[in-house]
Amino acid sequence: MSFKEFLSKNIVYLDGGMGTLLQKQGLPSGEHPERWNITHPDVIVKIHRDYFDKGSNIVCTNTFGANGIKFSDEELENIIKAAVENAKKARQQSSCKKEKFIALDIGPSGKLLKPLGDLDFEDAVTLFAKTVKLGVKHGVDLIVIETMTDSYETKAALLAAKENSDLPVIVTNAYGEDGKLMTGATPCTMVAMLEGMGVDALGANCSLGPKQLMSVADELLKYASVPVVMNPNAGLPKSVGGNTVFDVLPDEFADDIATLIQKGVRVVGGCCGTTPEYIGAVCNKTEGIAPKTCENKNYTLVSSYTHAVLFGDSPILIGERINPTGKKRFKQALIDNDLDYILSEGISQQEKGVHILDVNVGLPEVDEALMLEKVLSELQSVSDLPLQIDTSDTEAMEKALRRYNGKAMINSVNGKSESMSAVFPLVKKYGGVVVALTLDEQGIPDSAEGRFQIASRIVNEAAKYGIDKKDIVFDTLAMTISADNKAATVTLDALEKIKKQLGCHTSLGVSNVSFGLPNRDAVNSVFFTMALEKGLSAAIMNPYSADMMKSYYTYKALKGLDENCSDYVEKVPQLISVAATPAEAVKNREDFGSDLQKAIIKGFKDKAKELTKQLIKSTSPLDLVNSEIIPALNTVGIGFENKTVYLPQLLMSAEAAKSAFEVIKEGMLGSGANQSKGKILIATVEGDIHDIGKNIVKLILENYGFGVVDLGKDVPAEKIVEKAIELHADVVGLSALMTTTVPSMERTIALLKDSAPWCKTIVGGAVLTQAYADKIGADYYAKDAMEAVRIAERII
Amino acid sequence: MRNLVLSRVYGEPAICENEILRYAGCKEANDATLALMKDCLKKAKEALSYRVCFCKLPVTVADGVCAIGDLKFRSKDLAINLNGCDEAILFAATLGAPFDRLIAKHSHLSPSVAHMLDAIGTERIEALCDAFCSDIEAETGAALKPRFSAGYGDLSIEAQRQIFALLGCEKQIGLTLTDSLIMAPSKSVTAIVGIPTSKT
Repeated sequence: MSFKEFLSKNIVYLDGGMGTLLQKQGLPSGEHPERWNITHPDVIVKIHRDYFDKGSNIVCTNTFGANGIKFSDEELENIIKAAVENAKKARQQSSCKKEKFIALDIGPSGKLLKPLGDLDFEDAVTLFAKTVKLGVKHGVDLIVIETMTDSYETKAALLAAKENSDLPVIVTNAYGEDGKLMTGATPCTMVAMLEGMGVDALGANCSLGPKQLMSVADELLKYASVPVVMNPNAGLPKSVGGNTVFDVLPDEFADDIATLIQKGVRVVGGCCGTTPEYIGAVCNKTEGIAPKTCENKNYTLVSSYTHAVLFGDSPILIGERINPTGKKRFKQALIDNDLDYILSEGISQQEKGVHILDVNVGLPEVDEALMLEKVLSELQSVSDLPLQIDTSDTEAMEKALRRYNGKAMINSVNGKSESMSAVFPLVKKYGGVVVALTLDEQGIPDSAEGRFQIASRIVNEAAKYGIDKKDIVFDTLAMTISADNKAATVTLDALEKIKKQLGCHTSLGVSNVSFGLPNRDAVNSVFFTMALEKGLSAAIMNPYSADMMKSYYTYKALKGLDENCSDYVEKVPQLISVAATPAEAVKNREDFGSDLQKAIIKGFKDKAKELTKQLIKSTSPLDLVNSEIIPALNTVGIGFENKTVYLPQLLMSAEAAKSAFEVIKEGMLGSGANQSKGKILIATVEGDIHDIGKNIVKLILENYGFGVVDLGKDVPAEKIVEKAIELHADVVGLSALMTTTVPSMERTIALLKDSAPWCKTIVGGAVLTQAYADKIGADYYAKDAMEAVRIAERII
Repeated sequence: MRNLVLSRVYGEPAICENEILRYAGCKEANDATLALMKDCLKKAKEALSYRVCFCKLPVTVADGVCAIGDLKFRSKDLAINLNGCDEAILFAATLGAPFDRLIAKHSHLSPSVAHMLDAIGTERIEALCDAFCSDIEAETGAALKPRFSAGYGDLSIEAQRQIFALLGCEKQIGLTLTDSLIMAPSKSVTAIVGIPTSKT
C-alpha cells in the first residue's frame, strides 16, 4: 500500500525520540549523532527495529542534522545512504505485521534566515535540496520535515522537498508555551502556508508535553484540511541522580495521545524523551479508535510570517498606496531605489488599520521582477501584514511568490486562457489566494450575468490545476459611473451573484467607480458601503481617506461586527477631528519660522512637517532650508558635540528635519534641482547584520545635504566597489560592529583603493578605534554621526 | 546522559529606566527623551520574550586550559574567573526574533526609535541574565562568579561555536550563530558562570 493511501484510511503511528536514546548509549556531547549511522549501525538498527516492533508505521532516518552546513558532500552522502540502509534493515528484521514506511528525517539547518540571520532563502532551499535528493536516491518512502521553529525555513525545506521529489511530505513545527513558533507564527498561519504549498500532513512536535500542546492541536484541527500530526515530548526533562528523566511516563503519554486522536489527530508519535516503550503504550491504548475523516475546511486564508487573515463576515481592507500609478513622489522613490520611502508607505497604511498591503512597483524605468522581490523582502522585514503581490509580469510574480514568507494574495488572474495558464501553476506551486478579474478575451462584459459566466469558467479551470475555489477571490471590476451610469449596479449585481451562487469571496478596487468625478471620496465610500451590503469581502482602498474609514467602521458597527461599538467609538471621532485640523493649523504667518525651528530642535516630526507644508506656500525652498532648517540642525548638532544634547535628542531632531525636507523635496520634484553637496555611499560590511548605527549616520548626513546611497547590511566588498564606481562616489562610509567582520571592512577598503582610488573611506562601528582604522587602511575614523558629517564637510 | 540542557521561559524582569537611558547615551533625559523611552517600552512589550537554556557542568583548570564538561578553552582570564569552582553553568539567553524585527522596522522609519529600542534590548537582556543568575544562586545556595562570555579577555570569540553546539541553542531557544559569529536574534547573551565550591 502506498503511504498516501495508508494515511487516508488509518491512524498512522510515527516513531519516538532518537537523540535522547543515543545519548543514553554513550553519544558524547558535541558529536554529531548522524555519524553513528556509519560508526554504530547496530545501535541505530536496533532503535529503529524496536520502534517497528512496538507498532510504529513510520521510522524516521537518523538524519535530523544531516545537511551541507555540518557535513562535506561526500560525508553527507555516506551518512544518508547508511541511515536509509539502517532503517531498511530494521524494517526487514522487525516481526511486527503492520505497514512499515521509512521517512527521510529533515531538521532545521541551525541557522536563522535573512534578514534576521545570515542564511539566504535560496541558499536554504539548495541546502535542503541536497539532503532531499540523497534521500530519494537511496529509497525512502516519504519525507518528514520536523522541529522547525521558523516559518521561512519551513517553507525553504518544503519547497526543496517538492521540487526534488514526488514523495509525500509531512511537516511538523516546534511551538512554544505561547502556542507560537519562536519567530512568531501561529498554528493557523502555518496551516495556511503549508497547505497552500501542498503538504500531505502537518502538525507539531517537540518543545512541550502532550497536555501543553492540546491548544495547538485544537487550532491546527480547526483550520487544517489535511491530516494533523502530533509528536510531543515526554513532558519536561529533569535530572534525577545524574540521569535525565522526563516527567510524563508512557501510560499518561498514551492517555493524552488517545485524547488527541479522539479530537481528530491522525498521525501520532513522540519526540524528546519518548522511547519504543512509549510508542508501544500509545499503540495499545489507541487501537480500535476509529480515525476521524479529514474534512475540507472552507477557509480563505492569507498569511504573513506571524498571523493569518481570514476572509469572512468582517470586511478586509487592502491598502492600495504602494503603487506608482499617478504618484510622482512614489515613482521617484522607485527610480532612486529609495526603499525607506516605500516602506514607510507600508507602515503608515498598517497604522491606519489595513489588513493586507497591495504591492505594485511596476514602472517602465525599473526592472519589475528585481524590484518587486526586493521591496517584498524589505516590507516583510518591517511589517507583519500579509501582502498582495500586484503585477501582470508572471516572472516577477513567480520570483515574489517564491521569496514570500507566508501565503500571499496574488493580484491577479483573469478569464483569458493565457492568463490562467500562466498564473494557476504558480498558485498551485507556491500557494496563495488569487484575485480573479471577471474579464476575458472579449473584454469586460457589460452585464452581471456575463461577468458571472467568466467567474464560473475560472473556477472550473482552476479546479483542473487542483486549486480550490476557496483560494479564488473575485473582482467584478468597478468602472466609473461618469462614463456609464449603470456601471456600479452591474458590478454590484455580479458580485452578489458570485458570492451567492459560487460561494466565493470577492474584492473590489473601489476607487475606480468615481474616476472623473469631483469629491471622489464621497462616491467611493458610499459605493463601498453598498458593495459590503451585497457581500463584498475585501476592498483595495485608500486608508488615508477618512470617508472610506468612516464607512468601514460604521458598517461594522451596524452589522454587529464590532462588539460594544468599541472600534467605532475609538476610531471614528479621530477621523472626524483629523479632517478638521488643516484650517486650525493655519496660524499667523510670522510665527512659522521660529515655530519650525523650535519643532525641529524639540524633535516634533509631525509638527515640523505641517509647518513646512504651510511655509512652502510662501517661502522659497532654498530660503526655508537655509534660514530655518539648517540653523535648527546646527543648534542641535553643536549641542551634541558639546555634550549638552544626547543622541536620542539629536536623532529626534534629525527626523523632524527630515520630515521637513521631505515636504520640500516633494515640492521640487521634476524641477531638476539637486542640492546635494556630494555623493556618499554607505554600507554595513559583509558578514555583519547590524545597521542601527549605519542608519543613524545616513539620517544625519542627509540632513546636512549630502546625497546618501545606502546599500544596506551584509554587503560584499565587490558590490560596494561596483556601486562606488557607478556613482563616482566621493566618500564611502563603512560600518562594522564585530571584530570578526572588520577583516571584510579591510578587504573592501583595499579593493576600493585599487578600483576607485579617488574615493575616501570613513569607517565607524562599535569595535573600531582610530588605531584600528589606521591599521586597516581607512582614510578616516568617525566616532559618531556628527563627526562623520564634519569629516564629510572637510573632504568633499 | 551527562549534559542535561534545560530551558526556561521568564516573565518580564523588573525594568530599570536609568539603565536604558545610560545605554541610549543619555546623561540627562529631557521630557522628549523620556516620552520616547516610554513609547518605546510600550512598543517593545509585545515583541519581547525571555528565554534561557543552560547546562550545569564540572570544571577543571590545568595548564591554562579550562575544561567545562567536554569543552576545553585555553584562556588565562577564564581560569582566573573560575578559580575555586568545581562546577559552572553554561547558559544562553535571548529576547527572541520578534524584537529584532521591531528594531529593524523602526531602523528604516525612525532611527531615534530604533536606537532607543536597541538600548531597551540591551537593558532587558542584562536584566534577564541577572534574573536567571539570581535563580541559580537561590537554587545552588552559592554566590556565583561574574558572568564570563566568549570574546572577554583572552577567551576567543570562536568559543561561541562550542558553546552553541553543546547547548543546542537553536532548538532550545531559537538562537543561532552566523558565520561571522554574530548571534541572531541579536539581543542575546551566552556566558559561563562559575559556581564556587562551598567551603563547608
